Amino acid sequence: MALSDLFSRRRKEHAESEVGASDAPVHPTKVLARFIAGLSSRSQPVLLDLGPVVGTNVSFFGEQLGCKIIVEDLSKDIDRHVRDGLLDQLPAFLMKRFPQESASIDGILCWDVFDYIEKKSAKPLAEQLIRMLRPDGVLLAFFGTAQPQPGSRPEYTRHVVVDKANLQHRPYTAARPKQRPLPNRDIQLLFEPLRIVEQFLLKTNLREVLFRKAPETPGGPPVAPSA
Amino acid sequence: MWKRDEAVRPATPAAPQPQAPQIVSAGARSDARPSMEKDIVNIGKSVVIKGELNGSEDLTIEGHVEGTIQLREHVLTIGPNGKIKAEVFAKAVVVLGEVTGNVTASEKVDIRDNGSVDGDIASPRVAIAEGAHFRGSVDMQRKGAQPGQQKAASSSQAEKAQASASAQPQAAAH
Repeated sequence: MALSDLFSRRRKEHAESEVGASDAPVHPTKVLARFIAGLSSRSQPVLLDLGPVVGTNVSFFGEQLGCKIIVEDLSKDIDRHVRDGLLDQLPAFLMKRFPQESASIDGILCWDVFDYIEKKSAKPLAEQLIRMLRPDGVLLAFFGTAQPQPGSRPEYTRHVVVDKANLQHRPYTAARPKQRPLPNRDIQLLFEPLRIVEQFLLKTNLREVLFRKAPETPGGPPVAPSA
Repeated sequence: MWKRDEAVRPATPAAPQPQAPQIVSAGARSDARPSMEKDIVNIGKSVVIKGELNGSEDLTIEGHVEGTIQLREHVLTIGPNGKIKAEVFAKAVVVLGEVTGNVTASEKVDIRDNGSVDGDIASPRVAIAEGAHFRGSVDMQRKGAQPGQQKAASSSQAEKAQASASAQPQAAAH
């Protein structure tokens, strides 16, 4: 009896997720095209995706743009820390989370991962991303600007690339809701020494930000992150 | 009719029945390819293999394999019960079970719903279903890389020799 309940619930959830996938809203994006343009100068850019793996995104970036894509889904790590009651260990975990070499990544898709972590975790994560980014590399991040609504169902968003100007937002269950939105100044400070090259505040209460790491100085050593 | 079905069924365990016959029958009926040897070999879920697995026909794995799997000209299917800890080289790889290790396919890698891959994928075409788990990198190789791979169907050593012949400075540095 219980087993059949479980199966019927799973079937229902699956059916809901299928409907959700096809009905999920498509939102315009301003920075994705600039992000892609920032990668196009490289022969086979290496892309780091911090969201869940999305088949169409892999095809889009891999087949159409010739990127090598590295998927490091942080939502699973955040969920695990929440469920195990180990959120205080998340900053230290994030410091060691990425095995990639320094200055080895051409582009980073953060999506909205920073909305789900506190400042104390955001700092080490940003440091690691800055470390991995190559000089002249680009980083795309979204930041919510609306205060989280108490009682709302915690959800992540799977960002599916429809084309260079549109993203489909597919929600899926999260272990914790979005945290308090970061003010613009904090975002800037968090990613220093990266430079904000594009920033858009959308009607959907989403701030889209494109960062760029300073290029190498000709004849000089690579730009080192601030100590 | 009924007797014939009963005669076939007891050989397979109860749980994976819907899966295994589907795969086998689909392969057996696909007459598009002329070869008579186009059978699909199935490694059952109680089978554990450690070492190097080479083959020249399509293979479905429902058991456990550790080591290296090479089916350069054929399709490898990791069934829902399959657990692989191996470097995989095949023409096409379909993952419904779990793979830990790098996967290289000359045509396509397809990670289906509930399929899981922890490792790097190198293939010109990659399909990942929404319910799939993947951690690693995806490298959709340029077409220029494929002929070299096909030539080196026999062994990875031959492949290394080719690479060193075409890029000696790199090999020397390595």
